[in-house]
Amino acid sequence: MAGLAATLGAGAMSNSIGEIENCPVLFVIGSNTTETHPVIASCMKRAVRKGGQLIVADPRKIALTRWAARHFQPKVGSDIALLNSVMYEIIRNGWHNKDFIENYTEGFEELRKAVEDYPPELASKICGLAPEEITELARILGTAERVALFYTLGITEHVTGTDNVKTCANLQILLGNIGKESAGVNPLRGQNNVQGACDMGVLPDVFTGYQKSANPEVRKKFAKAWNMDSLTDTEGTKIPAMFDGMVHGDVRALYLAGENVVMSEPNQEHTINSLKHLDLLIVQDIFPNETTEYAHVVLPATCFAEADGTFTNTERRVQRVRKAVEPPGQAREDWWIVNGIAKRMGRDMGYTSSEQIWEEIRQLTPSMGGITYGRIERQGLQWPCPDSSHAGTCFLYCDNVFPCGKAQFRPAQWRPAVETPDAEYPFVLTTGRRLWHYHTGTQTRRSAGFEDIFPEELIEVSPQDAERLKIDNGEFIMAVSRRGRVRVKAWVTDRVPQGLCFMSFHFHEACSNVLANNVFDPVTATAEYKACAIRLEKDKIKTQRHGGTEKKW
Amino acid sequence: MSKLALTIDGKSIQTAEGQTVLSAARENGIHIPTLCYHPRTKQAGKCRLCVVEVEGLPGLRVSCSLEAKTGMVVRTNTEQVIETRKMIIELYLSNGKHNCLACEANGACELQDAAYRLGIDKPAFPEIPKDKPYDDSCPMIIRDMNKCIQCYRCIEACNSIAVNDVLDMGFRGSSMTVVCDTDKPMGKSSCVVCGECVQLCPTGALTEKKAVGKGRAWEMKTIKTTCGYCGVGCQLDLHVKDNRIIKVTGAENTAPNYGSLCVKGRFGYDYVHSPERLKSPLIKKDGKFEEVSWDEALDFVAGRLTEIKDKYGPGAIVGIGCARSTNESNYVMMKFMRAVIGTNNVDHCART
Ligand code: SF4
Ligand code: SF4
Ligand code: SF4
Repeated sequence: MAGLAATLGAGAMSNSIGEIENCPVLFVIGSNTTETHPVIASCMKRAVRKGGQLIVADPRKIALTRWAARHFQPKVGSDIALLNSVMYEIIRNGWHNKDFIENYTEGFEELRKAVEDYPPELASKICGLAPEEITELARILGTAERVALFYTLGITEHVTGTDNVKTCANLQILLGNIGKESAGVNPLRGQNNVQGACDMGVLPDVFTGYQKSANPEVRKKFAKAWNMDSLTDTEGTKIPAMFDGMVHGDVRALYLAGENVVMSEPNQEHTINSLKHLDLLIVQDIFPNETTEYAHVVLPATCFAEADGTFTNTERRVQRVRKAVEPPGQAREDWWIVNGIAKRMGRDMGYTSSEQIWEEIRQLTPSMGGITYGRIERQGLQWPCPDSSHAGTCFLYCDNVFPCGKAQFRPAQWRPAVETPDAEYPFVLTTGRRLWHYHTGTQTRRSAGFEDIFPEELIEVSPQDAERLKIDNGEFIMAVSRRGRVRVKAWVTDRVPQGLCFMSFHFHEACSNVLANNVFDPVTATAEYKACAIRLEKDKIKTQRHGGTEKKW
Repeated sequence: MSKLALTIDGKSIQTAEGQTVLSAARENGIHIPTLCYHPRTKQAGKCRLCVVEVEGLPGLRVSCSLEAKTGMVVRTNTEQVIETRKMIIELYLSNGKHNCLACEANGACELQDAAYRLGIDKPAFPEIPKDKPYDDSCPMIIRDMNKCIQCYRCIEACNSIAVNDVLDMGFRGSSMTVVCDTDKPMGKSSCVVCGECVQLCPTGALTEKKAVGKGRAWEMKTIKTTCGYCGVGCQLDLHVKDNRIIKVTGAENTAPNYGSLCVKGRFGYDYVHSPERLKSPLIKKDGKFEEVSWDEALDFVAGRLTEIKDKYGPGAIVGIGCARSTNESNYVMMKFMRAVIGTNNVDHCART
């Protein structure tokens, strides 16, 4: 999100789900939408039915391509080179929005200079598309009346994630596709409340609503509201540094609320080793899992159906969550647990209901000041919603007003993934989700029917590679990276091009994060889940074949 | 949009220009039954159950496709209208295996409801025996085409709303039936199990497999909430009986999903009641977890955190929040780390 904050000012989806259906041109890059956000994918497909043009850029032949007018298949991790080249072509042909650039943006010259290094002939060598394809993409986007751009983790989960996001934003600013309906830059959030966790300031550098903790005025305001003299200005650490700190002894205690880090963080071995160094590991979750094993204390929490409160969806809409069933045994809502610890440490926060907490949040957060439980009883409201008469905001930057004054071009240079294929590890592994499962599988794998449909992890291997390595569909093989090895069944499919493999992290028996590379984007500290190098080995133990792989999405 | 006035059943009402008589009536609380029309699939012109009389127009008119006009005088409950509706329902009832006693949709079936409102106690026509395939090949959805009234809603749902292009009407005459792909069992077809078709089916022809035998519609209360899976934040209704979620449906008429859900949101709820859930605080003693009371657990945590903070400073403590928990819980976690521990070392796993 840092990439969007730097260019446009707000780290969130600029437009709304309701506008998708009316988009004349949809550019989906690095998002396997039908599997990760199925209901949004339906909106996109309805747009196609209404005559919209769907353009997909993805290394894999994802299901969405069936509805796409064009599918471009760039190599994993080449997004900046591709988009810079597209911008090169747009500028060369004069398709950029000169009025918009002149009046509402800063930094066009820098961008123009930066993309000069990416003529299609050159970019073609990096991204694997033919120069004509790059020009074609530039023409489609450049000559459209408006374009809505959508991305998911395919853009962000790279060491260049922030730069990838900035590049997407640069493109949309260049075309003036900002501040209007059915356009914009639209990151689709993976987990139900990632947007909310960010909005709530569960980040080392901001309080709620992205109010910077480095700003003394902000610290003063929160200190006052919380009855404190002052709040620390020492910079906080991000997750990767937290884990490194455990190994070095700087970090002694970790309070982990609801995240199975052993499965979800890259390089499993390093994660486990870090946790073992801790003096105190508190894990708060709904199930025992791979991470609770290393805990000193485990606290049983509630799930979504047992809690009252709000979630904020990917389009900034704050929506009610309502308790429908009693939690099992002694399980309690997270805030109740945290408040209990605070009380015993001498600072009772005095909370008795989620609404009371929300009232405090909205009073401290200008962008959400107008959102109350009463107003969102029937339908959620989208921030910014500063006061109780404000109807919420469907799309940001209306009238070309940007929080940072003008929209900022932030040119970026392409860099290769940290690990690229070589003789020893000749394949690129990219990782992601599947329709039938979610995250580390704790929920879907405990729900009847899902394992009948998709019972185990499969590594996607192209037919060409399978033939060369004599791998059969459904055969167990070993996937090996510099960090670990996983035994997993092969799914021979033309969803992946030659040289590329795909796996998810839903199954602990064969988890892609054993292999994934723990290198991080320098700004957001997001890991490079989307690219690492592996090799495939035949498994010595002969195994029974797996049937029915025809239907996997 | 400009308004126009018309009269329905002697009541003068206002509606927006371009509205159908059906919508105008429903907006004003006048009930006209429909089996094929649904606000999201629109008119299909199949069932003719929505017929009404209009002054000055000959015969009966189908209200789902009749545009409301200024000054129109409409009657929805004349003898002729009622008789026609009865006839339609009786034909439907005799044309399928509508054994309400054993049907999952009992109490939530629009065909049954229409029959009830029209006072039909016994079908006037003998039942035409049918034995179309009972398809339970999909782990989540049961298709019993003997209860299908060929209203086309599911086909619209699959092709125009979810746009998954699986369902179509196949065969001709009395063999006419809804098919998946090229008449494959649903579980072997390209169906992605979003359940849109089930939600819009007016009868018991499509039902949720996991809810079978678990409760009747009138025994369940529904609680509207937000899906706990992905960032779309679909609004859904949890159908709850005896503290258990029996089934889930999409909440109609509300952003962002207007009733649609995906396989996870609609069918991925059983984990809530899994026996493996953590039910008690645990403290590891001599390498083994022991169940303890909340007081003991919280005293332990608070005590250890205080010790570590005193010995190594607040910077030695870090917190990771949860991208699945509520805003309120995340805020309290954030406040705890900053105000109680005294550090900015707080982050969560999915910054992207
Ligand atoms: S479940 Fe969804 S995809 Fe499957 S047939 Fe029904 S509407 Fe179509
Ligand atoms: S299966 Fe249900 S929705 Fe589909 S045509 Fe038959 S009755 Fe209508
Ligand atoms: S129902 Fe599916 S698309 Fe909707 S929020 Fe849940 S997981 Fe996402």
